[in-house]
Amino acid sequence: MDLIIILHAGVATGTVILFATLGELITERSGVMNLGVEGMMLLGAMAAFGIANSTGNAWLGLLVAMFAGGVLAILHGIVVIQFRADQVVSGLSLTFLGTGVSLVLGEGLSDAGGVALLPAFDIPLLSAIPVIGPIMFANQSILTYLSYLLVPMIWYYINRTRPGLHLRAVGEYPAAADALGINVFRQRYLYVFIGGMLCGLAGAALSLAISPGWFSDKTTAGLGWIAIGLVIFAQWNPIRAALGSFLFGALRRLILDIQGPMVLFGVLRNPFFYDPYLGFFLQMLPYAFTIIVLVIGSREAMRKRLGAPAALGIPYVRGERGA
Amino acid sequence: MPESQYAVEMKGIVRRFPGVLANDNIDFNLRTGEIHALLGENGAGKSTLMNILTGLYRPDEGGISVNGQRVYFNSPKDAINAGIGMVHQHFMLVPSQSVTENILIGLDEPRFWLQLPKYEQKIKALEDQFNLKVDPQAKIWQLSVGEQQRVEILKMLYRGVSVLIMDEPTAVLAPQEIEGLFKTLRVMAAEGKSIVFISHKLNEVLEIADRITVLRRGKVTAVGIKASETNRAELAHLMVGRKVLFELEKKEQEPGKRVLSIEDIHALNNRRLPALRGVSMHVCAGEIVGVAAIAGNGQSELAEVITGLRECTAGRVLIGENEVQNRSARVSIDAGAAHIPEDRTHVGSAPNLSVTDNLIMKSYRRSPISHGMSINQSVAQEQAESLKDEYDIIVPTIKTPVRLLSGGNLQRVILAREISAEPELMIAVQPTRGLDVGAIEGVQQLLLDQREAGAAILLISEELEELVVLSDRIYVLYEGKVMGEVQNGDIDTIGQMMTGTRQEEISTEAKR
Repeated sequence: MDLIIILHAGVATGTVILFATLGELITERSGVMNLGVEGMMLLGAMAAFGIANSTGNAWLGLLVAMFAGGVLAILHGIVVIQFRADQVVSGLSLTFLGTGVSLVLGEGLSDAGGVALLPAFDIPLLSAIPVIGPIMFANQSILTYLSYLLVPMIWYYINRTRPGLHLRAVGEYPAAADALGINVFRQRYLYVFIGGMLCGLAGAALSLAISPGWFSDKTTAGLGWIAIGLVIFAQWNPIRAALGSFLFGALRRLILDIQGPMVLFGVLRNPFFYDPYLGFFLQMLPYAFTIIVLVIGSREAMRKRLGAPAALGIPYVRGERGA
Repeated sequence: MPESQYAVEMKGIVRRFPGVLANDNIDFNLRTGEIHALLGENGAGKSTLMNILTGLYRPDEGGISVNGQRVYFNSPKDAINAGIGMVHQHFMLVPSQSVTENILIGLDEPRFWLQLPKYEQKIKALEDQFNLKVDPQAKIWQLSVGEQQRVEILKMLYRGVSVLIMDEPTAVLAPQEIEGLFKTLRVMAAEGKSIVFISHKLNEVLEIADRITVLRRGKVTAVGIKASETNRAELAHLMVGRKVLFELEKKEQEPGKRVLSIEDIHALNNRRLPALRGVSMHVCAGEIVGVAAIAGNGQSELAEVITGLRECTAGRVLIGENEVQNRSARVSIDAGAAHIPEDRTHVGSAPNLSVTDNLIMKSYRRSPISHGMSINQSVAQEQAESLKDEYDIIVPTIKTPVRLLSGGNLQRVILAREISAEPELMIAVQPTRGLDVGAIEGVQQLLLDQREAGAAILLISEELEELVVLSDRIYVLYEGKVMGEVQNGDIDTIGQMMTGTRQEEISTEAKR
């Protein structure tokens, strides 16, 4: 129960959640809700591991995973952008589709054993900073370092660039964007695709870096749902999304670790060690939290207060008034 | 004739929608530097024609020339590139973004980084040139409706348009704001911009326009007549297709006993935000009391609280001696209230039910229509037939579902139902909105008849002219509070209160 180790592992797990959260966040900022995160992640994890296994090239696996996540997301895009179907229903179906396809194609992969993994290394100088160094900059995956860069980049992109301005306009008031010549449909497809790629990347980060291997649907184990909850928790802000993701990663790790020792802090008799039901209860907590956030976040008034994109979940039809 | 005489020329425009011929061979031309009014009732085809000019729709037949050049628009962007921009009636602004950000949406420059301070300077300069004051850094949701309209105009000017189409620009403005808008439009015309002013209000059109084109049911009834050579009566005739009298008989009469008392009402709107914050007012028998307010200042919620459709968080509503707040619509009805709701199709009627069913919706509970557990259909139909004749409801049969009725006819069905219940109190919300000029007069006359018959009437309307003509007294609401009460129908005072000045403040200013 070394706090540094727990936080170090928390950052690693948080990386996975973060990619998925950022993906969902950028999709939702364009006004489309995609509840298929879990499916896209699992497909990404399977594709990455499968390709790395057969070709020996982890980077190729990563690319294919992102592409697979994006393509799956485009399916959702066609259903909800083109045919204006209910986004919740389509998103849930996408989870089942992604999970099903991954399980079928991934059959046998669990025996694959070792594959080429993505590198982990120390960052010179930064890793020497006390406390923060060993947690954030020592022996982390290259993808974790990438995620550090991605967060401010996405924030800047959304808030300080021209395409980001258009992204926000399309998510807040598509009719206004349309009247000024922005192609609302193209924009939404683009960000649905990018969101799907990031979810695929999240899956690849799992199976190639953070907890290597293919464990069928236990690979993601509900992390996608936590990501969806975190988007609301983060109020659609990438910086908050990063804080939330790393916090949840650490919590998850803590919940696993706290069940290990017979004695806590050298004196306390560890109840979680002796009572397995208490342990299950602990493991359930992040998901319970996610459900609570989703329920709260689904209330119209609360969404307004949290700053949800005003057109989130509403199909755009030219000529209909208001948003 | 030099070809540059017309900034825009539209010839033989035809546009069909399923079941409707929205534009039937329409000609329209706009001279450089003029303000040209496009006059017509709702559904006459004004918006369709302008949506064609701005590239939102494509015409089925006919063509458009800009400065003598034939053009084909596939999207609003094409139209803007050709120098034609529209300010929509419902503003196309992103509330969470700043003024500058809204103006920059869809432009090629800035290329990537927004660099807002640089563009804020440019917008400031444009504001000075056209006298359109608004803070470029402010978020849209912080701005008043008038300021938002200025942002819309700036958006188009920034894109360098030479033709600006204003779709019903005064509908959402207080009188002072309308004056400001007219000044701006004149400045723009003087700077060489050509302006199309879409409206159905005769007075405004006569005041602001150089020339007028009138549409009726998709056809042109007058092309570019000079505003100085026409008058209200002629325009109304062109617009409606028959003579309109503009004469209402309002008798002098003393108000009777108090029928409606509202005491310190507080209520929330649909977004759970305060909509009414301590409203008190009363209405007596035999008087029409108006409520003036810009849309969204609590007037809709006020009507709903009185009619039992919305809960209030504090305060009392008395109809006669009965407390009706936080009970139900039926309690209000039984206390003698009638309701002409704002939303005719969803609150005022059941669209898929027949005219008969909609007419008996209040009286079905009582004999003779009620007959034990069942409804006496023959009595119901007799009553419906006689109401149909009495109120001039034009329908094929009384079995027709009301969703097929025009706005004016539907409103007559609702009025027939509510008035035939002989109410002591009538709450009328926007009773003439969207009706044609002739129908408006009929509805207004019915309200005056009710006043004469001794009913207490609370009239909530966004048409100031209508309020002033019909009402004995007018309360002005602003952000859920009563700003003051006006007896003499002084539009200037009402306008100041509608934008948040308290009556006491106006009188102290006058003393200085």
